[in-house]
Amino acid sequence: MPTVTMTVNGKAVTGEVEGRTLLVHFLRDKLHLTGTHVGCDTAQCGACTVHLNGKAIKSCNMLALQAEGAEITTIEGLAQNGTLHPMQEAFRDNHGLQCGFCTPGMVMAAVSLVKGKSNLSDDEIRHGLDGNICRCTGYHNIVKAVKAGAQAMGGK
Amino acid sequence: MHNFAFHRPTSVADAAKAIGAASDGKFVAGGQTLLPTLRQRLAEPSDMIDLSAIAELKGIKVEGDGITIGAATTHTEVANSADVKKTIPALAHLASLIGDHQVRQRGTIGGSIANNDPAADYPAAVLGLGATIRTNKREIKADDFFKGMFETDLAEGEIITAVHFPKPEKAGYEKFRQPASRFALVGVFVAKTGGGIRVAVTGAGPGVFRSKELEAALGGNFTADAAKGVKISANGLNGDLHGSPEYRASLVSTLAARATAAAS
Amino acid sequence: MPEGTGSATGIGASVKRKEDFRFLTGRGTYTDDINRPGQTYAYILRSPHASADIVKIDSAKAAKAPGVVAILTGADYDKGGLPCGWQIHSKDGSPMIEPPHFPLCKDKVRHVGDQVALIIAETYAQARDAAELIDVSYKETKPIVSLADADKPGAAQVWPEAKNNTCFDWHIGDKAAVDAAFAKAAHVTKIDIVNQRLIPNAMEPRAAIGDFDRATGEFTLYTTSQNPHVIRLLMGAFVLQIPESKLRVVAPDVGGGFGSKIFHYAEEALVTWAAGKVERPVKWTSDRSEAFLTDAHGRDQINHAELAMDKDGKFLALRVNTKANMGAYLSTFAPCVPTYLSATLLAGVYSTPAIYAEVKAIFTNTAVVDAYRGAGRPETTYLLERLVEKAARETGIDRVEIRRKNFIPVDAFPYQTPVALQYDSGDYFSTLDMALKTADWAGIDKRKADSKAKGKLRGIGISTYLEACGIAPSAVVGSLGARAGLYETGQIRVHPTGSVTVFTGTHSHGQGHETTFAQLVSDGLGIPIENVEVSHGDTNKIPFGMGTYGSRSLAVGGSAIVKAMDKIITKSKRIAAHLMEASVADVEFKNGVFTVVGTDKSVPFGTVALTAYVPHNYPITELEPGLEETAFYDPLNFTFPGGCHICEVEVDPDTGTVEVLKFTAVDDIGRVINPMIAEGQIHGGVAQGIGQALLEAAAYDEESGQLLTGSYMDYTMPRADNIPNITVGNHVTLCTHNPLGAKGVGEVGAIGSPPAVINAVLDALLPLGVKDITMPASPHRVWQAIQTAKKAAE
Repeated sequence: MPTVTMTVNGKAVTGEVEGRTLLVHFLRDKLHLTGTHVGCDTAQCGACTVHLNGKAIKSCNMLALQAEGAEITTIEGLAQNGTLHPMQEAFRDNHGLQCGFCTPGMVMAAVSLVKGKSNLSDDEIRHGLDGNICRCTGYHNIVKAVKAGAQAMGGK
Repeated sequence: MHNFAFHRPTSVADAAKAIGAASDGKFVAGGQTLLPTLRQRLAEPSDMIDLSAIAELKGIKVEGDGITIGAATTHTEVANSADVKKTIPALAHLASLIGDHQVRQRGTIGGSIANNDPAADYPAAVLGLGATIRTNKREIKADDFFKGMFETDLAEGEIITAVHFPKPEKAGYEKFRQPASRFALVGVFVAKTGGGIRVAVTGAGPGVFRSKELEAALGGNFTADAAKGVKISANGLNGDLHGSPEYRASLVSTLAARATAAAS
Repeated sequence: MPEGTGSATGIGASVKRKEDFRFLTGRGTYTDDINRPGQTYAYILRSPHASADIVKIDSAKAAKAPGVVAILTGADYDKGGLPCGWQIHSKDGSPMIEPPHFPLCKDKVRHVGDQVALIIAETYAQARDAAELIDVSYKETKPIVSLADADKPGAAQVWPEAKNNTCFDWHIGDKAAVDAAFAKAAHVTKIDIVNQRLIPNAMEPRAAIGDFDRATGEFTLYTTSQNPHVIRLLMGAFVLQIPESKLRVVAPDVGGGFGSKIFHYAEEALVTWAAGKVERPVKWTSDRSEAFLTDAHGRDQINHAELAMDKDGKFLALRVNTKANMGAYLSTFAPCVPTYLSATLLAGVYSTPAIYAEVKAIFTNTAVVDAYRGAGRPETTYLLERLVEKAARETGIDRVEIRRKNFIPVDAFPYQTPVALQYDSGDYFSTLDMALKTADWAGIDKRKADSKAKGKLRGIGISTYLEACGIAPSAVVGSLGARAGLYETGQIRVHPTGSVTVFTGTHSHGQGHETTFAQLVSDGLGIPIENVEVSHGDTNKIPFGMGTYGSRSLAVGGSAIVKAMDKIITKSKRIAAHLMEASVADVEFKNGVFTVVGTDKSVPFGTVALTAYVPHNYPITELEPGLEETAFYDPLNFTFPGGCHICEVEVDPDTGTVEVLKFTAVDDIGRVINPMIAEGQIHGGVAQGIGQALLEAAAYDEESGQLLTGSYMDYTMPRADNIPNITVGNHVTLCTHNPLGAKGVGEVGAIGSPPAVINAVLDALLPLGVKDITMPASPHRVWQAIQTAKKAAE
């Protein structure tokens, strides 16, 4: 079986995978990083969103072997030393989550979306989140959260 | 999906070798359309040859009278490129409308046009601008490249290396999304070029096509009203849950008018 | 129950959720995140046909495939079928047709996605690979797919015992009174409605792990359920015959339900049964494509309604005829949705004196249909609010005035409707007035003109609605056909050092119970909210429970907690009286401190808790040690939230696109514990209502029975850019019969909103002569309606 090596949440990891193993299954099944979720099989829902070299991508739509040598950040790698990332904090403050299933993907997409932009309009946020589906919140509070998170991140 | 052997060449030459050696090999670049297909077990390649580690396939450069985009360049890179925005703003706009935020950061121009999904956006720009597709073997004119649904002029194992877009005088792209998938239910690319008006339509038919009626109307008078007045025939257009052929036909002229108004 | 102490974490405070840290850091534990030692993986081979006889299943080749542990088919299955939890009787007194529903098909498949074989292997991929090697020969038969056609003579039959595919033919109300009222009506308005089939699409696909302990003979099922005790009851007693004492059901973090995770599904029984067979844990996780085919769908009614009015527009009578799709089998609560959750709501907020409804439930070769957020009440609300709107247009009475004119007056409560329910409280005038003001109803003409100048059409729509929830008084629902009680349990365990665990039989899958219930108890016992933990979702921890649906968790489950808390306080007072050497009658409890009235003697709650567990100085002859109480609360009535929703849209006539510009929801949900969470529930419900009105529809090919909307490529889920910011208002009248005064909030958003949206779309299209549109008002449909109206005008 082929092996793949990558950096996940700052740690070098190596594992055996099949050619067909998706990145999300490598993360969930081999690394036990179960915060990244699988919500669909057509790469539409965004629950599996992680960062690949700093950019949000859908980990259900990429082979694990394609991530050879890459830096991956999952939701588990976002908070540092037990302190929530400003975007996580903003989701909590604004009740931007209910059942929590889409949340990791939503937060990872949001962090990527607002990079370098601290003042996004509601409209930009709504369009920017079109790769993530939430069934609980009606998006109202997610938009508020992303706006607040972007401001807290200050364009970083 | 079914299992397969995975290869990750670092040069086009090695990629060509790998596919030559495979019994039923398939290239994967961003994989944004291919992987969902494989997950549904709708295809069963023996080998997957990943093009994403080939440096020579990446990058955007201004070249002569236009712009050349490496096949493995992502949609985000095209949408955000200062060079593209300056040279052909409609192309950057189109790239910014493909898929969604995450898909744009993985999906590539080469993958999109090689796949030639009838509802993909890029084929409209390639055909609308009269681009040239460069492969590891030859150059292909856009007018000769697209051959209908999921079919192109690419030979077995041929690899797209780049696409060259000539700079138009003006161009615009207007997309009407299929509400669920967000692919183009209809997308219309209009361009005023040195060689005349080109109007390419995606989503509406079995593959991207040029609308002679719209080109004729806009040739005399490059205005929204001229486009709006064109009645497109519904014959041969796609019909499905999300739109009848008549609806798509109506959208073609509506969107052509809007693309013309927005052209810059 | 007191109003609350006004503490920053008490009743009425928007406390940030306790559960969020784990969800935001990826530490939530959903069923698919659980792996048991020695676990195997199951893949279910499903029917590719809507209707076919299974002639032969050859799994010899698959059995030898790498990693395969077992392959099980209907021939191997020797246990019971999935039961239905509600029995309806037809007009003629005969019970509904209840066909068998085995978790693995025995001789016939009845919808695309029906279970044909269970393949268990060392990995999921191996199980799925092996499934492709199973050779099933089918003899296809003609399916019946169309609800409209299924009860017509000559239609293909899903079940031989259900003639004309009719499961039951039920009615409610006084037909003679209605006929008499129609005979003297000055005006009659009629409408035909298709309330389309929806697919619930909780973002977490269903999953189930069966586990079997060889040492004890105990089975454990981990499952994505809104009500683990109900699953234990149904699966244990009816399907697998496992006593409760040998069956544990755990519903850990669950990623949304919206009704679809109430029901007992085949896969739950299959993994539990199979775990016993292979003596290893068996895990099944649905992929989204399977979810589309096999989750219980929602809505799917066809209604014809007629409203009789006098010359002033007063409603005299309402007559409704409904056909409701059950799908191929009866799902757990399917029969009650179009009947007792739908037809009993036909009075709505109006004082219509006579109502008669007939409901036929119909089998088709499609996935089962059951409760989906609102369950029956959105269908009724949609029918009523479209009908009232049409009546206003036809009679020329202002569409707000016609509603006001027919509202149940504020002083008429308790109000007995002609269709069984008795409303306890409400004030529809106030919610209407607040909504009109908030939405600037009066200023619409100017905004319409602004849109017109841009080539767009603006419209505004209203819906005044009511729902019955807080499900449910057991004796009442029992008399209506429920085969279970619908009370709830609450248990409060005060630990020796004063922290508290609250055990609730409701289940939180997004509703924030861990916070709301902690607020209740923190407020009631005067202890910090950090010291209160809420536990749910495990039959080995919780005494009993009926789960979460029907907007019941606070009104019923919260009331049980309040009852348990009352018992804790009663016992604590006796302990405190002993410690303070006072009479119990003189002891008062406030803000976490027991005092003797008129003295400076006091004992904090923590001291009482410690004393209960370290009873050195204790009234041991009168009281047992310990401080733990359980309460079962059975409500006396349903609760009746209501309100007014107003939607403003802009239509692009060239493309048919409807943009929702503004949405205002003013609801009366009774007492609110956490306004932030309650608002969030309304936002979510409204988004699902907008989804139904504009975007979502399940479509089957009528010939083949194939699901055409089998993925997010074709089933339009609302995304962030489809939904506007939502303005939420609240005008409270308290529920009069539960200790909290709470009514319920989970479903109001989805119930009130669809007609507001469609009425707005029709208002926008009125100048073009469009008078009707079928949900969802997709761009294509709106464009077609405009073209049809244009042609008619030519």
